[in-house]
Amino acid sequence: MTDFIRLTDVCKSYTRGKESISIFDRLNLVIPKGDFVAIMGPSGSGKTTLLNLLGGTDRCDSGQISFDGERIEGYSEGQLTAWRARNVGFIFQFYNLMPILTAAQNVELPLLLTSLSAQRRKENVLTALKIVELADRARHKPKELSGGQQQRVAIARAIVSDPKLLLCDEPTGDLDRSTANDILSTLQLLNRELGKTIIMVTHDPEAARFATRTLHLDKGQFVEVTT
Amino acid sequence: MSLLNQTGSVILMNIRSIPQRLWMSLATVVSIALVVAVLLGFLALANGFSQTLKGSGSSDVAIVLRDGSQSEINSTLTREQIVLLGQGPGVRAAADGGPLVSAELLLIVDGIKRSTGTKANMPLRGIGPNGLVVRQQVRLKEGRMFAPGSNEIVVGAGLLREFSGFEMGKTVRFGAQTWRVVGVFEAPGTVFESELWADAPVVQSLFNRGSSFQTARVALTSPAQLDAYTAYVGSDPRLQLQAQSEQTYFAAQAERSGLLIRYIGWPLGVIMSIGALAGALNTMYASVSARATEIATLRVIGFSGFSAFMGTMCEALVLSTVGALLGTAVCGLLFNGLSASTLGAGFTQVAFRLQMGPELVLQAIVLALVIGFVGGVLPGIRAARQRPLLAL
Ligand SMILES: Nc1ncnc2c1ncn2[C@@H]1O[C@H](COP(=O)(O)OP(=O)(O)O)[C@@H](O)[C@H]1O
Ligand SMILES: [Mg+2]
Repeated sequence: MTDFIRLTDVCKSYTRGKESISIFDRLNLVIPKGDFVAIMGPSGSGKTTLLNLLGGTDRCDSGQISFDGERIEGYSEGQLTAWRARNVGFIFQFYNLMPILTAAQNVELPLLLTSLSAQRRKENVLTALKIVELADRARHKPKELSGGQQQRVAIARAIVSDPKLLLCDEPTGDLDRSTANDILSTLQLLNRELGKTIIMVTHDPEAARFATRTLHLDKGQFVEVTT
Repeated sequence: MSLLNQTGSVILMNIRSIPQRLWMSLATVVSIALVVAVLLGFLALANGFSQTLKGSGSSDVAIVLRDGSQSEINSTLTREQIVLLGQGPGVRAAADGGPLVSAELLLIVDGIKRSTGTKANMPLRGIGPNGLVVRQQVRLKEGRMFAPGSNEIVVGAGLLREFSGFEMGKTVRFGAQTWRVVGVFEAPGTVFESELWADAPVVQSLFNRGSSFQTARVALTSPAQLDAYTAYVGSDPRLQLQAQSEQTYFAAQAERSGLLIRYIGWPLGVIMSIGALAGALNTMYASVSARATEIATLRVIGFSGFSAFMGTMCEALVLSTVGALLGTAVCGLLFNGLSASTLGAGFTQVAFRLQMGPELVLQAIVLALVIGFVGGVLPGIRAARQRPLLAL
């Protein structure tokens, strides 16, 4: 497998008041194409920070981040925004759907950033909703759907523009066991059938089992790798 | 295309989420409506007043005042001057063959305002038979004209609307004398409707004016004669008078008094606007913080900061537009056409109707949109600066 994502000597620190807290100091990481990685670690260890760096929603202080051969660490705010829209799908712990939009309208959002016609957008939305088995709920508002269904809509939104990378921050953190397993099976299917590279942060060892491998993040370094 | 799509959909989302902040948004709409209604009310007042004064003057009638007098009230003319005025160039002939010159007096008497029950100054005009001929707009509505040589008055319909005690048949007291109201006349949209008229010789003797008058209205054969006539009046050393067209005279009066009302209306409108702006800013900042997660999520997905800005800006503009329309409707229903009176030239009361007019509505709507725009800019910038982070 080829290097898909490569972090080289990445440093990231936050300043809070006068003091500066180092989250990563020369972090190195390679993720091959088609991988499904679970990232575990204690609270505050920097898991969300890592996803923000990988997804281009935050910048590192130094080091290199390359994605499919493209170096993104030097991109401007606008370039990063356009790059995210093309390459990354995001799945959040609390779904982050727009409450006033229907399921279909929520799923359509990333397509509004493309040049697709309204007709093509409609077709792609339907396809994405079919993949998460929610085509019959297209006209429902988020508040008319269960937590698991809302997360499925969010997954459909993440995959509708066909990005290569999916970033999930505790996608089952708010769901019960069996609903969580459904969601994780869906992610597994996206990884196996559609070849999506998935990086998933989770607290739940059961969830991690759906991934192909697990990385443990502690004190700014990956301390243990299990296969 | 994609910019249009994403901006359009964010704007729609903002607008459709207004009901989630219903009371706050409503308060903003109402405060902007209030600003618009008050400003429009003042502008309509000024406009109605100006229109009434402007409508009072004819272009082919010269009004002659003592040199240096700003208004009819503080001018005097002698009988000899009146005779000379009739000998000027271009003067129209009256039915009796003499020059059509109306020598008039204008005095201030007391009346009672209907709305407040307080005393107010009313203009009493002494005129002769030519007074009606130089004022073609005047129609007798009720009763008859005063009889020459008698203590009778006719009253303008506008004055009757605003002041009590001048109804047909009533007896009124000015100074030592009593007068009887024998008629009501109409002269729509002119200041004359706010006057009391009596026979000039009777006014002269009862108010101890001897044989003097205050102003003369000289009817000319055409408006083109005005320059020649004005030059005649200005050049004769026996006259020491000034002539101008009646239209110019009233336009100048309108200018002065209309400006005064406008100078109250605009500052008041601006001060209230500052209050409304504070409310609008508050509402829009609340909107941005209530939608912080939504905005951040859209930014993560790849929506631009510009679309977030536009969503907030358009929400503010929609609220202010609704406010403007509401304010215009309220002003239109409550004030438009309402009759009012205020101090006119020479500190007498002028009755007129408030007139809104499309240009005034436009001015008020522009003010509302400025409030909306300013109220949307800063919160819009905050929305655009919302960081696109996964967890906030
Ligand atoms: N924007 C920020 N500003 C300051 N400190 C931050 C910011 N984001 C995260 N942190 C801090 O960085 C550390 C790692 O945060 P995070 O990546 O969210 O951890 P995790 O997701 O593993 O719980 C925490 O101590 C957190 O308080
Ligand atoms: Mg986290």
